[in-house]
Amino acid sequence: MSAESKLDQKTWDELREIAARYPEARSGLLPMLHLVQSVEGRVTPEGIEACAEVLGISAAEVNGVATFYTMYKRKPVGDYHVGVCTNTLCAVMGGDLIFERLKDHLDVGNDETTEDGKVTLEHIECNAACDYAPVMMVNWEFMDNQTPESAVRVVDDLRAGNEVHSTRGPRLCTWREAERVLAGFPDDRADEGPGAGPASLVGLRIARENGWTAGAEGEKK
Amino acid sequence: MTDTLTPVLTDNWDAERSWTLASYEDRGGYASLDKAFAMAPDDVIGAVKESGLRGRGGAGFPTGMKWGFIPQDNPRPKYLVVNADESEPGTCKDIPLMMASPHTLVEGVIVSSYAIRANTAFIYVRGEVLHVIRRLQRAVQEAYLAGHLGKNIHGSGYDLDLIVHAGAGAYICGEETALLEGLEGRRGQPRLRPPFPAVAGLYASPTVINNVESIASVPSIIVNGAEWFAAMGTEKSNGFGIFSLSGHVANPGQYEAPLGITLRELIDLAGGMREGHELKFWTPGGSSTPLLTPEHLDVPLDFESVGAAGSMLGTRALQLFDETTCVVRAVLRWTEFYKHESCGKCTPCREGTWWLTQTLARLEKGQGSEADLDLLLDQCDNILGRSFCALGDGATSPISSSIQHFRDEYLAHLTHGGCPFDPAASTAFPSLSDTAAGATA
Repeated sequence: MSAESKLDQKTWDELREIAARYPEARSGLLPMLHLVQSVEGRVTPEGIEACAEVLGISAAEVNGVATFYTMYKRKPVGDYHVGVCTNTLCAVMGGDLIFERLKDHLDVGNDETTEDGKVTLEHIECNAACDYAPVMMVNWEFMDNQTPESAVRVVDDLRAGNEVHSTRGPRLCTWREAERVLAGFPDDRADEGPGAGPASLVGLRIARENGWTAGAEGEKK
Repeated sequence: MTDTLTPVLTDNWDAERSWTLASYEDRGGYASLDKAFAMAPDDVIGAVKESGLRGRGGAGFPTGMKWGFIPQDNPRPKYLVVNADESEPGTCKDIPLMMASPHTLVEGVIVSSYAIRANTAFIYVRGEVLHVIRRLQRAVQEAYLAGHLGKNIHGSGYDLDLIVHAGAGAYICGEETALLEGLEGRRGQPRLRPPFPAVAGLYASPTVINNVESIASVPSIIVNGAEWFAAMGTEKSNGFGIFSLSGHVANPGQYEAPLGITLRELIDLAGGMREGHELKFWTPGGSSTPLLTPEHLDVPLDFESVGAAGSMLGTRALQLFDETTCVVRAVLRWTEFYKHESCGKCTPCREGTWWLTQTLARLEKGQGSEADLDLLLDQCDNILGRSFCALGDGATSPISSSIQHFRDEYLAHLTHGGCPFDPAASTAFPSLSDTAAGATA
């Protein structure tokens, strides 16, 4: 059976649209695989075949790329991908305890999904928010300054279908919706959430209090 | 005399709806475009050279010089690629910049592309930062609609297309040639150099790859002048940079200051270490830069001084750990990270990071012997300078520096029969963790 029959026409059109954004089509492969995940809930054999066909490369070449990058999943991912940073700084600040508590609370291991299909738990590497440690990501949105208790509340709310907001961003969408944005199809929600969290502004606030500037506008010091 | 903190890139982060074009333009945003377009491209390169701006992604290579390496007689298209794959442990400056003020980066991309005569530019942003990607996508869209991108920008005759490209999870893609592989739709493994990207980069064409903060600094140099920039910082490390404090400090966060500020000054600004505790060890520029100790508190944080102290300025990712932290546990965790992120291309890194992890894990459990410390250093010696790219080199930094500064603490694990530290005491919520600590004791 050809791959064409498995994915709908819209997805095929969008895969071609992604490839056409670039001077050379193969540059579209990473976002194309994000799109496959948004439609299929993981990187499927059909999705790999489709990418290969659009780009005129072999399925083995696409497979080689899909297995290299950690955001691409071969097993179905839940509605919410919960990543707990356990790189050194977050681990020391409490990430290890948060991850242990969530494993216990959700009764899953690393990279496993709860029975209700809602939450996939994974320990992740540094996500560039160390000034908000310990950090948890839900569908790659920041959940800053977590404790084991706050992390449990977040996953309980997600499983109960309650609305949850990033501590420094918008209302959380599903993992598939997030993957679609990563494929380069904006969801028009850039205006949600603040410009910066409190830790991002701490130095600026001190500078303002002291009247410190870089001497712009001709006031060179 | 320069002020202690010098907000330039962070200056609009507290503005109402700072990420929007309207907010950015209200504060004079995009003013550098017409000024740059009135200059010859080579003069823009000259201004950046004269400013002394050095790469803010860790290596500190002079930005203007990098641009000057682009062979303008090469008939192939030129490309600018922004490295927004911020993943070095401890590094957290580019992500808040793009979240709060994506237009600062977009403006920098336009001026920089004009200088190197690129008509297509890319922002390669790590995929794990959804809202940052939303803000970048929106900023690029707004910039097109306002005529800052596209054809005949501001009537200058200059054309530029800018593509936001989301990665998919790979620390190695912060390495510039691995990033190009990722951008070409391949596994992110570094390329052999030469040829350097300036000669044969993206699609084998002349390519400049710069860090977010480097590119974002360019508009301020064009508007305020190279002299203004060069007046800040130290003799060979000009200008300002964002210093990111994290860990056991009272007020972690972003502090934008002239290069050459010391950690002592930064900790003072940050309200000191957390109450009742003192600094034990720190990284000046991410986990790949050798650990320093309190004896280095007065080292000027510029490229030369941190190098002379035996480490590297890196990305100014100041991760601070107090006396409750076990350095062996910290180093083991970083080593597991390098093992996980090793791309597998070269043997010293692919195999070496596994060996390092095994040896360290044994020591951390209080097993093995003192001879394992020499074994670790020997393993480091077989990786450092022998691996294909800097990932392998970086993996050895925490190990060799921690053995240098904290040899006794490794030995204490052997005499104690395991880790002598209580991990709950080092968390941000030590009082909450009493029960958890009791359960694991």
